[in-house]
Amino acid sequence: MLSAILVMAGIGLVLGAVLGWASIKYRVEDDPLVEKIDAVLPQTQCGQCGFPGCKPYAEAIAKGEADINKCPPGGEEGVKHLAELLGVEPKPLGEGLEPKPKAVAVIDDNNCIGCTLCIQACPVDAIVGAAKQLHVIVADQCTGCELCLPPCPVDCIHMEVVKEDVATWKWRYPIHAIRRVE
Amino acid sequence: MTVQKSRLEAGATRATRKRHTFNGGIHPDGHKDVSNAAPIVTLPLLSRYVVPLRQHIGTATRVLVQAGDTVLRGQMIGAAEGYVSTAVHAPTSGRVVAVEPHEVPHPSGLADLCVVIESDGLDQAVEFQPLDWRNLDPSALRNRIRDLGLAGLGGAVFPSFIKLNPEGGGIDTLILNGAECEPWITCDDRLMRERAAEILQGVAVMRHMLGAREVLIGIEDDKPEAIAAMRTAAGADTGVEVVAVPTLYPSGGGKQLTYLLTGRETPTGGRSTDVGVQVFNIGTAHALYRAVALGEPMLSRVVTVTGHVATPGNYEARLGTPVADLLQAAGGALPGSTGKLVGGPMMGFELEDNAAPLTKAVNCIIVKHPDLFPARPAALPCIRCGACARACPADLQPFEMYWFARAKDFGKAQSYDLFDCIECGCCSFVCPSHIPLVDYFRFAKSEIWERERHKHDADQARTRHEFKEFRLEREKLEKAEKLAAKVAENKARDAAAAATAAANPDAAADPEAERKKAILQAALDRAKKAKEAVTPQNTESLPPAVEKQIAEIEARRAQADTAVEKEAGQ
Ligand code: SF4
Ligand code: SF4
Ligand code: SF4
Ligand code: SF4
Repeated sequence: MLSAILVMAGIGLVLGAVLGWASIKYRVEDDPLVEKIDAVLPQTQCGQCGFPGCKPYAEAIAKGEADINKCPPGGEEGVKHLAELLGVEPKPLGEGLEPKPKAVAVIDDNNCIGCTLCIQACPVDAIVGAAKQLHVIVADQCTGCELCLPPCPVDCIHMEVVKEDVATWKWRYPIHAIRRVE
Repeated sequence: MTVQKSRLEAGATRATRKRHTFNGGIHPDGHKDVSNAAPIVTLPLLSRYVVPLRQHIGTATRVLVQAGDTVLRGQMIGAAEGYVSTAVHAPTSGRVVAVEPHEVPHPSGLADLCVVIESDGLDQAVEFQPLDWRNLDPSALRNRIRDLGLAGLGGAVFPSFIKLNPEGGGIDTLILNGAECEPWITCDDRLMRERAAEILQGVAVMRHMLGAREVLIGIEDDKPEAIAAMRTAAGADTGVEVVAVPTLYPSGGGKQLTYLLTGRETPTGGRSTDVGVQVFNIGTAHALYRAVALGEPMLSRVVTVTGHVATPGNYEARLGTPVADLLQAAGGALPGSTGKLVGGPMMGFELEDNAAPLTKAVNCIIVKHPDLFPARPAALPCIRCGACARACPADLQPFEMYWFARAKDFGKAQSYDLFDCIECGCCSFVCPSHIPLVDYFRFAKSEIWERERHKHDADQARTRHEFKEFRLEREKLEKAEKLAAKVAENKARDAAAAATAAANPDAAADPEAERKKAILQAALDRAKKAKEAVTPQNTESLPPAVEKQIAEIEARRAQADTAVEKEAGQ
C-alpha cells in the first residue's frame, strides 16, 4: 500500500515536471512577434549577438531588451528587415560587428581524435560521428557559426569560405555608362 | 499596341488555322542568310574533348570516371543526380586525362567540373541498343531517355525525360518549336531542311509518350524551305500540322508560340503544361529520334558559327568540342573581331575564353565586329515613354520593374510579375534611353533566388536547432524519470524495513538490528538527497549513471589535454 502511494507520488512528480517544462516552452512559442522576428534572423545560431541563439535574441528584441543591429550574419540587409518588421529606423551594424563571407567548418581527418566535443557544441547537429571515430561535417547543414572551433582539443577544425560556383553565381548589378542630360 | 498588331497581321502569311497574335514583339535584323545557305558540315574527330558534367538545368551529374580511365564513345561518364538531371557521355574513345574545373560557356565566366578526354583516334563505341519505344513501360522508357542524356536543345536544356511525363494525361497538344526567332541563328532551319523525316520520327515518340492528340509545328515564315521540307515529311499524317507563324521576335518563346498556335494563354507564374500544351525544340526531337531509333546517347549537336568568320555556317560537332576548334572549322575569326557571343544577340552572353567547350545548351557562336555590333550608346534616364511596355511580349511593365530593380526593392519588382519576364530583350531593344533593362531583371531575379536559397537554409537550420534542443531536453527528462522511479523503489524498500524494525521493538539491542537501523538511516538520507535531485534543473546531486558519464567525459578531456600538451611539448 505504502509503496503504491510512493510510486504514484513519483509519477506525479515526473508528470508535474513535464507539464511545467511544457508550459514554459509553449508560452514562449505562442508569442507571434518572437516568431516573426525569428523568421527574419539567419539561424546561424552563432551567439555573436550576445544571446545563446537566434530565438533568444528574437525574444530579447520583442521585449525591447536588445537592439536590432546585433546580428553580424544577417548584415545590414538583416537589420533593414528587422527595422521594417518593427516599424523603426534601420541603423548600421553595432560596433565591432562585421559580417563575414559564408563559410563552412571542415574537420581535418588526420587529426580528429573522435572526442565528440564538437558534436555537443554544434547547434544544428551538422556533425556526424561517434565516440573515438572520425567526425565529419555535413557542409550543406553547417551554418558557419564557428561554435565547434573552440571546444576541439586538437584544433583540427577550420573554416572554409564557400566559393561561388556556376550554380550559385548571381548576375551583378548592371554597371553601364549613363549620359548626363544637359 | 495596335500599331504592332496591325504590322504583325500585314506581315503574316497564309496559315491554315485561326491566327492568334501576342502583344508586343520586335523586328530585329535577321542576318539569317549569313549562315543558312550551306549544308551542315560535320567536324572531323579531334584529339581532345572537354566534357562539362553540368550541361543541363538542374543538378550536375555525378562523375563516374577518373583520370587514367579509358572510355568508349557513348559511355556514360556522368550519371544523373537527383531528379532534375540527365546523363553525360564520352564523345569518343580514348583516355581520361583529367577530371577538373575548366572554362565552360557560362555568363559567369567561372570554371566548372569537366572530364578531359584524349582521343585514341579509333572512335570505338559502346554497343548502342535501339529502344522498343512502343512497347516499353513508360517509366522505364523515361529512365532510358534520362540515361541517354537528352536535354532540350533550344537553349534551356531542361532534362527531356521530365517533360515527357504526361502527368495524368492532361496534355492534348504537342508543339514543336521551329520558330528560331533569334537573329543570326540558323541551326534549326538547316536541321529541318536536311533531316525533316528524322525529326518527325522523334516527334512520333514524343506524341506517343505524352498521349497528345495533336501535333503543331511552328516555324517562322522567313524559313520557307524548312516549312516545305517539314510539310513534305509530315505528308498525309492528319495529326501533324506545320504552321507558318509570322516572323516576329520572340515568337519562339514557349508561351508566345503556345499562344500563337493555340490561342491558349499560359497563366502568370505557370507553364504551358497548365493549359495542356507541351513544347519541344526541333533539335530535341531529332536527338530523341537518334536515341530511340539508334540507341545513341546525346553526343553531338548542330551549332551555328556565324558573324565575323571566314565561312559562316552550321556545324555538327561533338559535345565537348572546344570553341577554338569550332571557330577553326568555320575558317577562323576574321581580323578586327571583337569577342564572341554564345547564343543570339538578344538573349546570349559574351564568351571570354575559346577553350570553353560546346555543350548541349550552345546553339550559336557569333564572332563580333564593331560594324555588326556597334557599342550600345550611354544610357539616359528613363522618360517613362512606355515603349518598353508596348514591346513586351509578356505584357509586363518593364519601366516599373526597372525602377524597383535598380533601387534593389526586389519585393516590389516581383509584384510586377518579374518572374514572367522571359528575358527576351525586346524592352532593351526599343528603349529610346538605351537602358539595359534586361540586365536589371536578370540581376533582380538572381538576387531573389539567392534570398530564397538563404531562407530555405535558415528554415532548415532552425528546424535542426529546435530538434537539437528538443533532444537535449528529452534526454534530461528521461534521466529525471529514471531517477524518480529509483527513488520510489528505494523509499518503498526503506519503508518496508522500517515496518519490520517497528514490529520487533525488543530486537533494538540486537547488533543485527542496530546495523539495519544504520542502513535505514543511510537509505533515508539518500532518498532525501535523491528527492531534491528530481527537479530537472538541479545539476548539483546527480545520479551515479550521470556522474559516471561526466567522469568519462572529464577523463577523455584530460586525455585530450595531455595529448595537446604532449604535442606542444614536442
Ligand atoms: S548573431 Fe548569430 S545567434 Fe545571434 S541572431 Fe544572428 S545568427 Fe542568430
Ligand atoms: S559544424 Fe561547426 S560551424 Fe558548422 S554549424 Fe556546427 S558548430 Fe557551427
Ligand atoms: S522604353 Fe526606356 S525610357 Fe521608355 S519607359 Fe521604358 S525604360 Fe523608360
Ligand atoms: S525582357 Fe522581360 S520585360 Fe523585357 S520585353 Fe522581354 S519579357 Fe518583357
